[in-house]
Amino acid sequence: MMAFLKLLARNQLALAGLIVMGLVVLLAVLTPILPLADPDVTNTPARFTPPFSEGAILGTDHLGRDLLSRLMWGTRLSLAVGFAAAFIAATIGAAIGIISGYYGGRTDNIIMRFVDVLMAFPYILLALAIVAALGPGLMNALIAVAAVNIPFFARNIRGITVGIAHKEFVDAARLAGLSDAKIILTEILPNVLPVIVIAMSTTVGWMILETAGLSFLGLGSQPPQADLGSMLGEARSALITNPHTSLVPGVMILIIVMAINLLGDGVRDALDPRLKSGALSRPLPATLVARDRQTGETADGTALLELSQLETQFHIGPRIYRAVGGVDLQIQPGECLGLIGESGSGKSVTALSIMGLVASPPGKITGGSVYYRGEELVGAPYELLRSLRGRKVAYIFQDPLATLHPLYTVGDQLIEAVRVHRKVPKAEARAHAIELLKSVRIPNAEDRVDNYPHEMSGGMRQRVGIAMALANDPDVIIADEPTTALDVTVQAQILTLLDDLRRERDVAILFITHDFGVVAQLCDRVAVMYAGRIVEQGTTDEILATPAHPYTRRLMACVPELGGGRRRLEAIPGLPPVVDKLPAGCAFADRCDKVRAACREGNITLDEIGATRRVRCIAPEIEEVPA
Amino acid sequence: MGRYILRRLLSAIPVLIGISVIVFAIMAMIPGDPATAILGSYATPENVAELNRDLGLDQPLVQRYFIWLGNLVQGDLGRSFNLNRPVLDEVLERFNATLILAGTAFILCSFLGIAAGVISAARQYGFADKAITFAVLLGISIPSFFLGMMMILIFAVNLRWFPVSGMWPIYGTRDIWALIDHLTMPALALAVVATGVIARLSRSAMLEVLRQDFIRTARAKGVRERGIIWRHALRAAMVSIIPVLGIQAGFVLSGAVYIERVFQWPGIGQMLVDAILRRDILLVQGGVVFVAACYVLFNIIVDVAQSLLDPRIKT
Ligand code: SF4
Repeated sequence: MMAFLKLLARNQLALAGLIVMGLVVLLAVLTPILPLADPDVTNTPARFTPPFSEGAILGTDHLGRDLLSRLMWGTRLSLAVGFAAAFIAATIGAAIGIISGYYGGRTDNIIMRFVDVLMAFPYILLALAIVAALGPGLMNALIAVAAVNIPFFARNIRGITVGIAHKEFVDAARLAGLSDAKIILTEILPNVLPVIVIAMSTTVGWMILETAGLSFLGLGSQPPQADLGSMLGEARSALITNPHTSLVPGVMILIIVMAINLLGDGVRDALDPRLKSGALSRPLPATLVARDRQTGETADGTALLELSQLETQFHIGPRIYRAVGGVDLQIQPGECLGLIGESGSGKSVTALSIMGLVASPPGKITGGSVYYRGEELVGAPYELLRSLRGRKVAYIFQDPLATLHPLYTVGDQLIEAVRVHRKVPKAEARAHAIELLKSVRIPNAEDRVDNYPHEMSGGMRQRVGIAMALANDPDVIIADEPTTALDVTVQAQILTLLDDLRRERDVAILFITHDFGVVAQLCDRVAVMYAGRIVEQGTTDEILATPAHPYTRRLMACVPELGGGRRRLEAIPGLPPVVDKLPAGCAFADRCDKVRAACREGNITLDEIGATRRVRCIAPEIEEVPA
Repeated sequence: MGRYILRRLLSAIPVLIGISVIVFAIMAMIPGDPATAILGSYATPENVAELNRDLGLDQPLVQRYFIWLGNLVQGDLGRSFNLNRPVLDEVLERFNATLILAGTAFILCSFLGIAAGVISAARQYGFADKAITFAVLLGISIPSFFLGMMMILIFAVNLRWFPVSGMWPIYGTRDIWALIDHLTMPALALAVVATGVIARLSRSAMLEVLRQDFIRTARAKGVRERGIIWRHALRAAMVSIIPVLGIQAGFVLSGAVYIERVFQWPGIGQMLVDAILRRDILLVQGGVVFVAACYVLFNIIVDVAQSLLDPRIKT
């Protein structure tokens, strides 16, 4: 509760709302003892005195009554009625909701049907009907507004009660022989009470507005008694000649409702932890770049894609996660490079950084470069990045159900992929889409093209994902664990497909995986990643035959063959280090069986141990690769 | 699709029956003899006896309900003794005016609200976002009836852009331009609150969707930001916006009661308020049942729209 209040206080707008509301309530409470004129004494000669006149700061109304005094008394009445209506609605609504939720079954069914019907009315119709039956009057308007809001409370509280009614402590109380009434009062009610109070606090502004509205229509408070609504209603006829009589009550209602709304928003934000952490922010079109240094290293002229000292961080609140900490990679045309590591090693972030697809905020590229055919992509204008995305560098993602748009047919999504980069007629793009589906061996491509993603199997969806990546004949495909979400036989099919496609089309692949079996089948070269850095690199054959880094050796030991399924690397004791507090020296030290003192001192470099081999370890498993 | 609509229509029947029961029950709460209540205190004993015969008011409550329901189904809502015309005729005429007002406001708030929400989300924390967020807060806090009065003061009285009130000019032709002239201010005043609510919801729905994986896929394809926002994100966000539009339609309809009063719009809200003040019970009863039934039907349309939008809904 204290934490909640603190959070609320941190929200300045909510605090302002709270202060304003507090002042209004205080004034309303103090009204009877303030030195105010009698609100109901008429003085027709002094009618419509303008504001700021002698003896009437806010002026007088059409009967010469003091507006300040009427405003204060009116506010008092409006607040009282609004709070009363909220209290009545909350009490009765909560009672109905608790009974419905606690007893469930038939009782619940009947009550909720009834609530549904009540909620099928536009609320004011119900209120008007009730006032029509009871007759105009403030008390009846109060009853009407309260009654109209009962279903809202009943439904909310019922939902919460249903959640509680089957918890152990309730079952225990039942077994202990407590009566239902007692259980409701001692076990259920204390648990739903906070929700009731919050729901009430967020609806009270609404209730004040509604009762004021009914009074405005002449159905609520009757003269000479006046709340804010009826003051406004009476002033309406003099709106054009003496607008101040309308402004005074109108602005007051505005102030009250706005203060309550601000407060309500604050309460909601304080309760919703997602908003609190700022996680609900939209990712920008391209990852933010905040490099304090440029590598200056010239790009390798022959490489299709080159990553040089790439660094990507996540800034979440005060914490900085170094997901990618200086990665170098080169991909040659037509080559398949495997990037392997445990989850959290930074391999996916590396892949997404290439085309600026890391969600940002919170992601940020903080150093290094990415070159596509010698052209720098980090910090490049968005339009350049966009024109390369999907056209030269395409992606295949992990879970095709989440990564395909659920509301467009796969055909439409393929057509879009084509037409974003090439202005071809729709019919032509559609024909191309069918061709693409055929090329990834989807049977009945002509029919399948009109399917929605949810109408396809996981394997078929991933074929669509691959077809989409091929749409513009890219130079490189970055495949981010494309088979992980699939079952074993489908995995093998997809891998075979990818391998065939890459040979047919001579497209380079950066293949992200945690599975050495997959690497063995597909990749020419492998880079092993640990805690955001490359720890070993070499040709697939070499590394499979003679792993040099202790981590690689262990990694291979736990994933022996293809089709091992989603085997995680539990066999290595310990967990990878959390990337917001990397230890000095070797990041693998805590889990390594060859660790020595020197491992924890200073940076360990990625050393060449052969023409194509590099390893980041001071005591590698092999010293030198035989030439 | 046809079968889905039919199923939705059938499922509305119990709701409609429920509505009729509730309205009837509320009206039955009126103290005293129903015929006297309907006819008012000046009724002669002959009038009372006649009405009792016509409506079966001397029968027990349950019978009375079924007589009323029977008449209702045949379109007979009784007769307004104040206006001396059939309730249905009056209700239809007035509802027409309300439909023009509320319908315009609903279209306005849907388009403005969604557009504001989308822009706000697309420019999160930017100037546009802050400006919209502030405008929304103001919009949802200002009572529509007060806003309407201020608009009259500013735009009708001072600037003379629009007529002060009414639906048609007192003299002059009743063409579409005259209607638009009279409709603009009340429709805007009515739309403001709902626009704010819809903008808020659209913003958070958009933010929610923009974080989804399929948006990243679209970006990876090279889709332009405009396409990301309006084609990919909004389409998916509409799934959660549409139901809110249905709810807001009810609020617009409710708000129309106040706005009609402020602008002297001859709609059903004005009719109901006048009828309540004149104790014209049958008119109130008929008006409430009619509008509530229309709202239920409208919500079916919303559901159908939703199912058209989301292929994952089984139809
Ligand atoms: S540097 Fe030391 S701790 Fe790190 S892998 Fe090599 S031997 Fe193990």
